[in-house]
Amino acid sequence: MSSPVVQLRDIRRTYRTGELEVHAVRGVSLDIHSGEFIAIMGASGSGKSTLMNTLGCLDRPTSGSYLLDGVDVAGLDREARADLRNQKLGFVFQGFNLLPRTSALENVELPMLYSHRRVPAKEMRRRAMAALEIVGLANRFDHLPSQLSGGQQQRVAIARALVNEPRLLLADEPTGNLDSKTSVEVMGVFQRLNEQGITIVMVTHELDIAQYCKRILVVRDGLVVRDEPVQNRLNAAEELKKLLGAEAAAQLTSAPFAGDSAA
Amino acid sequence: MRLLATTVIALRALRRNKLRSALTALGIIIGVGAVITMVSIGNGAKAQVEAQVASLGRNVIAILPGSATTSGARGGLGSSNTLTVDDADAIRREIAGAVAVSPEVRQGWQVLGNGLNWRTSVYGVSPDYTTIRAWPLAEGRLFTDYEVRGTAKVCIIGATIAKQLFPDVDPVGQTVRINNVPFQVLGILTSKGFNFFGQDQDDCILMPYTSFMSRVFRWRNTVNSIIVEAPSAVAMPRLQQEITDLLQQRRGGREPDFNVRNQLELAEAATATSRTMTALLGAIAGVSLLVGGIGIMNIMLVSVTERTREIGIRLAIGAHDRDIRVQFLIEAMILSMLGGAMGVLLGVGLAELLSRLNGWPTQVSTSSVTLAVGFSAFVGIAFGFYPAHKAAKLDPIDALRFE
Repeated sequence: MSSPVVQLRDIRRTYRTGELEVHAVRGVSLDIHSGEFIAIMGASGSGKSTLMNTLGCLDRPTSGSYLLDGVDVAGLDREARADLRNQKLGFVFQGFNLLPRTSALENVELPMLYSHRRVPAKEMRRRAMAALEIVGLANRFDHLPSQLSGGQQQRVAIARALVNEPRLLLADEPTGNLDSKTSVEVMGVFQRLNEQGITIVMVTHELDIAQYCKRILVVRDGLVVRDEPVQNRLNAAEELKKLLGAEAAAQLTSAPFAGDSAA
Repeated sequence: MRLLATTVIALRALRRNKLRSALTALGIIIGVGAVITMVSIGNGAKAQVEAQVASLGRNVIAILPGSATTSGARGGLGSSNTLTVDDADAIRREIAGAVAVSPEVRQGWQVLGNGLNWRTSVYGVSPDYTTIRAWPLAEGRLFTDYEVRGTAKVCIIGATIAKQLFPDVDPVGQTVRINNVPFQVLGILTSKGFNFFGQDQDDCILMPYTSFMSRVFRWRNTVNSIIVEAPSAVAMPRLQQEITDLLQQRRGGREPDFNVRNQLELAEAATATSRTMTALLGAIAGVSLLVGGIGIMNIMLVSVTERTREIGIRLAIGAHDRDIRVQFLIEAMILSMLGGAMGVLLGVGLAELLSRLNGWPTQVSTSSVTLAVGFSAFVGIAFGFYPAHKAAKLDPIDALRFE
């Protein structure tokens, strides 16, 4: 098996707030291989957000080593980590975090504008459109976020996360602001991406959402207390069909004069 | 080429919130517009004064009687009467660099002609006078050196005299009586209008100084001034010195009772007021420009706070600190420079409008335009710097959590 995309060894993160020391992460070691689809679960204050921030190179661990694609992240400065985030990582947030009053296309192009290597305008447009295609929103490239539904906005955010072809896609409660049907749609997008080989790490507190992933990590008090593959994994496409079926059935029964009266 | 990408980002950001961008730039627009309008008004006034002074002639040196000390009491400039015709002759003889020399002796008097009368200023001068003062004739001819030597009873009248005494007939060839002495009109001067002090320059009669002093006003034995034309502006200082030395020599080392002034000094004195006014107006307008800059800083600071989430996204996606800082700096600069350009248009338009409506002379100087535009760029950088720095120093994790 090829070397893991992510190698964490005894990662610790301690915050000093005044006199108080908060040990958010107390020694986490794990490997993530290419093509994995991981759900990180845990209560508030469990340290899962800190772990995600460390994985996302947004935060530096107090101690321990983090090898991303074989490169030791710990020693890098702010600028180098920014480049790493740009090239190797993709972020999807709970609140979508698209630039308002900016078209979907321009939103997706954003990571390329910050690339250390200059990307010509034509190539930017081509790659952005391709990313929108993957999430099925190519026909809405010129829509503003205000003209898109929550699920569509999140899909644009996913396209933005993909446009630089990252090694790792990090999603922080991506379905938190979506209704159940849209959540399933978005999980469907993630599953399709994972089938094409993209490595995904997702933080969620909903077990039903975690069931769409392949591996679950449970974090408590700064440590990984459970690390096991998903049993009875759900398939988004099937679940969606079930949901639509239920919806249709509900509409039938709510129609007036339905029932078994003689026609 | 990140700079280009950052500029694109900055432009897109400004475009996203057009109203706010416009309102932010408004301060600069008004400030720059005010500076340009005010300075144009000031320059216009100054130019008008300079034109008046220039109507005295070109490269003119004026020798004036100095302050007088009569038994201990010191009078002001011109109060002594010690300049004589001989001084003028000496200058003409001895100063080789002088292109033309003329004494000027003046007397206000009632003159009669064509059955009408008029109180005017009578000047005794040499034929060079009109040359030095760049004052061509509208009609007729000048009196000659021969006529000067012969104390001929001939004169030249100004446009106002022609209008007042000879409204219905051609003045040339007519007679004017001055202090009971008849003088024949040889010619009429072109109109010069009012001077800086509000005096009608056309209200005068010129006659040979010899005739003036020996036939008409016999008690006058000193002159009011001597004017000399220099060959060029650069020659004036040296010429002034030569004249001073000559006159000093003639007075045998007594306390100097004369003043040698050149036209530039006169112009300086005359424009001093308008120069002060321009500076004052410019300073006031400059204050409004400063306020505009503070306005930009305020809006940029508010903008940074409002866009904290957005900055967090950019940092998370891979922006360097410098990218964020440069982005906000460019945004501030674009606002201030666009504001500056529009302010220039506003200022020039307003100056033009004022000069049409009020008749105020205005003169837009390119230096004030360049200064205003340059300053607005500086304002953008200076007042955008702190907000940009604040934006760049944000921690992405905190920024992303910001409500």
